[in-house]
Amino acid sequence: MKLSAKIYSAIIFGFLFAPILVLIVFSFNEAKSLSVFSGVSLKWYQELFRDKNTLEAVKNTLVLAASATAISTVMGTMAAVGINKLRSKWYRAAMNTVTDIPMSNPDIITGISLMLMFVFVGRLFGASTSLNFFTMLIAHITFCTPYVILQVLPKLQQMDKSLHEAAMDLGCTPMRAFLKVEIPEIMPGIITGAIMAFTLSLDDFVISYFTSGNGFETLPIRIYGMTKKTVTPKMYALATIIFLVTLSLLLISNFVDNEDQARLRQARKEKKGKKD
Amino acid sequence: MKKIVTLLAALVLLMLCLTGCGKKDTLTLNVYNWGEYISDGSEGSFDTVREFEKWYEKTYNQKVTVNYSTFASNEDMYNKISSGAVSYDVIVPSDYMIARMAQEGLLLPLNFDNIPNYQYIDETFKGLYYDPQNQYSVPYTYGIVGVIYDANVVDAADIGSWDLMWNQKYAGQILQFNNSRDAFGTAMYKLGLDVNTSNKADWDLAYEELVAQRPMVYSYVMDEIYNMMESGEAAIGAYYAGDYFTMVDAQAENVDLQFYYPERTNLYVDAMCIPSCAQNKELAEIFINYMLSEEPAVANALYTYYATPNSVVYTNEGYIEEMGDAMEILYPNLGSFAEAYNREAYRNLDADMLNYLNTLWENVKIN
Repeated sequence: MKLSAKIYSAIIFGFLFAPILVLIVFSFNEAKSLSVFSGVSLKWYQELFRDKNTLEAVKNTLVLAASATAISTVMGTMAAVGINKLRSKWYRAAMNTVTDIPMSNPDIITGISLMLMFVFVGRLFGASTSLNFFTMLIAHITFCTPYVILQVLPKLQQMDKSLHEAAMDLGCTPMRAFLKVEIPEIMPGIITGAIMAFTLSLDDFVISYFTSGNGFETLPIRIYGMTKKTVTPKMYALATIIFLVTLSLLLISNFVDNEDQARLRQARKEKKGKKD
Repeated sequence: MKKIVTLLAALVLLMLCLTGCGKKDTLTLNVYNWGEYISDGSEGSFDTVREFEKWYEKTYNQKVTVNYSTFASNEDMYNKISSGAVSYDVIVPSDYMIARMAQEGLLLPLNFDNIPNYQYIDETFKGLYYDPQNQYSVPYTYGIVGVIYDANVVDAADIGSWDLMWNQKYAGQILQFNNSRDAFGTAMYKLGLDVNTSNKADWDLAYEELVAQRPMVYSYVMDEIYNMMESGEAAIGAYYAGDYFTMVDAQAENVDLQFYYPERTNLYVDAMCIPSCAQNKELAEIFINYMLSEEPAVANALYTYYATPNSVVYTNEGYIEEMGDAMEILYPNLGSFAEAYNREAYRNLDADMLNYLNTLWENVKIN
């Protein structure tokens, strides 16, 4: 039983990580091939940093993801707080369903309908080009916000309702009680929501493709454009860098988390000791 | 919390600046081209877009920024342009798409006073069917479909015609196009049929041929053909002459890729055009003219490996030397390109024929 469990997880991890491993290995390939490994070299990393169009696309992708994350995190948190305060069960169910729509809707439908709306509104105001950075930003906020709500709402429901009242009792204004007491309580949910929003925005292709205007190319769109000929190994190098950055961020956040918990445990122990 | 809010506000402001406060005295040119279709400065090559910006500033004493975006198929590009939501100044569609866009009024007639280098375009590339009056397009590259094979696997006696792709001896090692037009094209050229016919019986014959080929086909591919041929995973496939050289560059040690043209085959032209949504037509024409001048044109031809109709390039000694034996394959002696092209090239099929073709194609792949 134990052995079969080990084999099972080995297979799962194999399928998940073998492709990434192959990509990393071939990013150090000297030749321009995905099938023939002819020697170790950093050539494609050099090429990557010389390719201004790709770097521009990386910058665009990051700027878009960061701003979409910032706005959708704030909006999603506010929405979650509002939904949590709703008294009518029917109304709350309705609100939950409405916010779920962008999540369960196929990307292609969200993308096309947003594009049609932008074009329609643009024409209404007589603009010759209606798609630009801001239309893309609005589109990304649209599909990121529900995920933030989904992460924050359970945290609000878990929170002790009397916390807010206690804070007010001790002299906080409602705003101050919200900022100083409620926000720290639901912070883990907000952070998870923000990370999800960032990831979703980073690798979205379909919706970005339909809502992108001229001259603003994100990384997924640029890589798609290369598929007519062949994706150059520069992209393997870039994917390797992105993977390593993500991996180290995860490791750091896990490490910080563990430290925090250890400190918390330590503090509790000391408190107990004093009481005794 | 306050810090976070301030940070967010700062971020948003930064975003606004990055996108909004571009200097007004800088001109913008939006170019929409195929991916990997221009010399972009990689591996020490000529960086066409940046060099144009530098050249323009020096010549006209005005800054210009080129926004360069890429597309993966004519249809993708067409959908973007016809949605009316974007504005590009220069696009590079293929022949049949130029015909369609011109017919729908999506292209602007060019002012050739701004494109004096048009004189270098060989006469045989002017007046082709998609632009008979030479109003809308300046040819950028052209190409011919040929058969690529691994000489370590395929006997020399079997090469020369489309029959190689139907040869039972190499069953399981043959690659066929994964799009209806090109796949049916191979069968129709093989059978001696007209690829633009509106006779359904002819399409049915080609369909039978593709069904017969199906058990021998290793895979239906588009850009996957690069890796499969380079690694020796497959031994026979049809693709464009220029792409053959890209494959040779990356082939494995035990693979020896060779190339030949069957008697009848597809020819195509990709050309630079100005869509009707362009905002700076004159600047677009200056860019097109620049693309035809010697240094950028040679660099682009070397980078893409595609043949060019620009006489400045194919008579350039450095270029001829660099390409070596490839010259013979890239620039075959066709007699008259225009004659072969107007006879063999794919043209727009009407909606009815396209539907019929796609139904047949789905059946080929299901059977």
